[in-house]
Amino acid sequence: MSRARLPDAPLIDRDRPVLFQFDGREMTGFAGDTLASALLANGVRLAGRSFKYHRPRGIATIGAAEPNALVTVDRGGGRTTPNLRATMVELHEGLEAASQNRWPSLHRDVGAVTGWFAPLLTAGFYYKTFLWPRAFWHRVYEPVIRRAAGLGKAPAAPDPDRYATRYAHCDLLVAGAGPAGIAAALTAAEAGRRVILCDENAVLGASLLDDPEALVEGVPARRWRSDALARLAALPNCRLLPRTTAFGLFADGMAGLAERVTDHLPSPAAAHGPRERLWQVRAARILLATGAIEQPLVFPGNDRPGVMLAGAARAYARRYGVLAGSRAVLVTGADRAWHDAFDLAALGLPVALIADVRADVAPELTARAAALGIPVCPGARIDGVSGTHAVRAVTIGGRRIACDLLLSSAGWLPAIHLHAQTGSRAVFDPARNIFLPGDPVPGVGSAGACNGSFALDAAVAEGRAAARSPAALPHGTEGGGVSLPGPDADRGKAFIDLQSDVTTRDIRIAVQEGFHSIEHIKRYTTTGMGVDQGKSSNLAALAIASARLGKPIPEVGLTTFRMPYTPVSFGMLAGAARGELFDPLRRTPIDPWAQAQGAVFEPVGNWRRARYFPRAGEDMHAAVARECRTVRSTVGLFDASTLGKIEVVGPDAATFMERIYTNAWRKLEPGRCRYGLMLREDGFIFDDGVVGRLAEDRFHVTTTTGGAARVLAHMEDYLQTEWPDLDVWLTSVTEQWAVIAVQGPRARRLIAPLVGDIDLSDAAMPHMSVRTGHIIGVPARLFRVSFTGELGFEVNVPPSQARAVWDALWERARALDGTAYGTEAMHVLRAEMGFIIVGQDTDGTVTPADAGLGWMIGKAKKDFVGKRSLVRPDMLAANRKQLVGLLTEEPGLVLEEGAQVVDDPAPAPGTHAIGHVTSAYWSEALGRSIAMALVEGGGAGADRLYVSGDRGFHPVRTAPLPFLDPAGEPADG
Amino acid sequence: MLLIPCPHCGPRPEIEFAYGGEAHVARPEDPSALDDDAWAAFLYERQNPKGVHAERWRHVHGCARYFNLLRETAGDRILAAYPAGQPRPDLPETAR
Repeated sequence: MSRARLPDAPLIDRDRPVLFQFDGREMTGFAGDTLASALLANGVRLAGRSFKYHRPRGIATIGAAEPNALVTVDRGGGRTTPNLRATMVELHEGLEAASQNRWPSLHRDVGAVTGWFAPLLTAGFYYKTFLWPRAFWHRVYEPVIRRAAGLGKAPAAPDPDRYATRYAHCDLLVAGAGPAGIAAALTAAEAGRRVILCDENAVLGASLLDDPEALVEGVPARRWRSDALARLAALPNCRLLPRTTAFGLFADGMAGLAERVTDHLPSPAAAHGPRERLWQVRAARILLATGAIEQPLVFPGNDRPGVMLAGAARAYARRYGVLAGSRAVLVTGADRAWHDAFDLAALGLPVALIADVRADVAPELTARAAALGIPVCPGARIDGVSGTHAVRAVTIGGRRIACDLLLSSAGWLPAIHLHAQTGSRAVFDPARNIFLPGDPVPGVGSAGACNGSFALDAAVAEGRAAARSPAALPHGTEGGGVSLPGPDADRGKAFIDLQSDVTTRDIRIAVQEGFHSIEHIKRYTTTGMGVDQGKSSNLAALAIASARLGKPIPEVGLTTFRMPYTPVSFGMLAGAARGELFDPLRRTPIDPWAQAQGAVFEPVGNWRRARYFPRAGEDMHAAVARECRTVRSTVGLFDASTLGKIEVVGPDAATFMERIYTNAWRKLEPGRCRYGLMLREDGFIFDDGVVGRLAEDRFHVTTTTGGAARVLAHMEDYLQTEWPDLDVWLTSVTEQWAVIAVQGPRARRLIAPLVGDIDLSDAAMPHMSVRTGHIIGVPARLFRVSFTGELGFEVNVPPSQARAVWDALWERARALDGTAYGTEAMHVLRAEMGFIIVGQDTDGTVTPADAGLGWMIGKAKKDFVGKRSLVRPDMLAANRKQLVGLLTEEPGLVLEEGAQVVDDPAPAPGTHAIGHVTSAYWSEALGRSIAMALVEGGGAGADRLYVSGDRGFHPVRTAPLPFLDPAGEPADG
Repeated sequence: MLLIPCPHCGPRPEIEFAYGGEAHVARPEDPSALDDDAWAAFLYERQNPKGVHAERWRHVHGCARYFNLLRETAGDRILAAYPAGQPRPDLPETAR
């Protein structure tokens, strides 16, 4: 079956044959081949099965718009990529490719029987056919259709490859290395501009190889190309990026490029470099030289293997030396395809007939055909194609003409996708039936065929002009043009969208059923929704809809162009952000110790914190109960390093604190601490934490673990924009101080031997005070504070020495029968004391009064952030949700956090919930469960409330907070 | 991704910035002097124009300073950048 290559084949290296497999069959190609060119050279016609009807399909194009020849390439080790276009896959030694959507084999496909059901699978079949009976959808229709339809299978194994991201800046980014793109890049780069020239193909300027007789700027096209590329490669200010698709255009000169770095190499695992690279390019100017996409002609049977775009057939011959058939017929509606047929004839491919759907064909074309001995048929009606797995003949105007290659071309359509992504509305050129780039956004231009300039010299001239001046170029008017499908085309199985298996009939039905917007027709018929996004089908679908609706094409409109231009891998978009690098994990200096102790961790924001420290045989409940018991009876160590810390410094620091917090700071003496409450301007609790005043002009603020960044932003906002006159500096010091809480009756005994220069006595260092000094010689800020109700200290030390301090404290703790405790025990201990956790017991709708913190409001203060909102009518409503304690009637039952609170033991569905549980724990100190809840009116008046749970509604009574009388330290000094 | 001209640092990519809502909504000098409706308007009522919008941005991963932009919201185009505290600049007729 395989054919000898033509002598002229500039893209392949005949000295380097390459062995590869297709569907398990060994084949040979040459270095430089694509999978498509090698398959054609091996005589392969049938390359895949279609999406819906499982119809046999062959290679139809040579580029990125290929709708049919989608293959799965397996590079081993989990490197399986489905839905690759064979036209874009570069051949390498050992390549293993498989056709898709067929079983058991490509030639004998059971799924093809869906052809018999084809009448069921027309437009909107998803919505119509399978509605009844309902239960059948999940059990029968969906699984069956899923198996039958669809294309390749996603790989099951994790992606073993590496992906990279690069940022780049340049003066000019040129997308597309055709004649216009190369001319632009050369002009700009030789003028000293920083240029990036990218192209989706492996070979730059390949289209310049197709017509060796053409002249560019007076030089043969092939020589012009090689000279230009050599000069570009030698310029240090120009970066050439082959295999790189400009897939997205974004605001302000930003472009996304997808570079395929190693897929074309035989051994990707051994190759250096990532598999793909995402380029994020910020360019002063972007020039789109993306060319044009040849459109297939629409006629019955136009999807048979062996029907190929005329330009593609010529390019396979001119670039790879492959003739895709032995006897061709051309069916067309465009002048350029005639020249493609003439060239193929000159290369030795017999052309049996040129049939043009247009009645009027330029006389010079017919004259040339006559000179070459090719019969012509203007005004042709194409009736159908014979042959199932390969074209055997085509019937035109009732006459059957034998051929094994049916060249087809409706003309060339500018590739305006990237331009349209900028939001610019495409302009329709009714003379040529093509869409052209609309009003350009600043900094983005178009040149060459994508701008309507199809003639080679005009495209090159536009490229040069665009490089010299940022002024937008007028649309080109020369060459090109598309023949739209007429009423003749709408017969039999005439495919519009080969990839989604949409026929002319589907569009007709959609219009008949009342779909008049092209966006709706697209979604109803799925036209243009395949991997190729309708690159060779949208215009034909639009034309048929326009004819059916009796409205001109511009009025029917165009579907929206979105990125990506062609599919990009998730791996590339994710880049290095996978696994551990997906989201940074913050660890405290004590984390390795906790890990070695077998701590169970929990995530808190980006931090991971030790939740509890189970000993042998302990479950979570036992461990937390022991930790709580120990803290209340002896002493416990707790890693509180994650606390947010901000230093507020400056002559106006106290004034700033007065305005930001609800309570008073001016009179707080240096060396003392105070619990601070912060509101948003709308009056709801925003954050809280203990603040120590280190000096007249220096406050050490602590915030919740999760709130550190937003508290700093909130403070900065007021300082910079409302009170720029205040002389205050804010500095985040969360990472500068590790914090070890020492809590329990023996806390002072524990730290005393380690602290030399601070008097720890009650008189010298009362509750809610802060001192600076040293612990085991390490500089420390020592706070006497309690979040447990016990005597407590918080030791702040530099993180670099925190582990040494912890080890010393831990040795003391063991000597005093103490324990390390985690966040779970911390939560229980604070809940026993009725201390809230902002974000758990509050949710952004809780006022200080709601949370029982009305005493925190500085009554004498004229103003602070949020004060005015506290007297808005709704904030004073009697029935607001109030934070209360709840005690279950069944003491052993621990409620679910988040459970609903009702006042009815057997509420009917729809009963209004009067609140919800915010915190619930087993209290070891009380020997029973406790809970906190936000309940309307604090549950006043109700004898019992009821809380939803697994076993129905549990009776509870409200209880005052705190649950436990403070043994050591009250909440505030 | 927008290229945002920070008045203090120059043009920088959008990911370095945080959006800060409508600009020129000054906190009243004496909030207690406002009636409930006026205070609610200050808290909650904001412009949402299709057109030129004065808005606050913070160069949070740069100089950390707040500043203001005039941005045309339909085309997502930045028309002017100016430091916080300065009045909204007049745009030439052509830029609107």
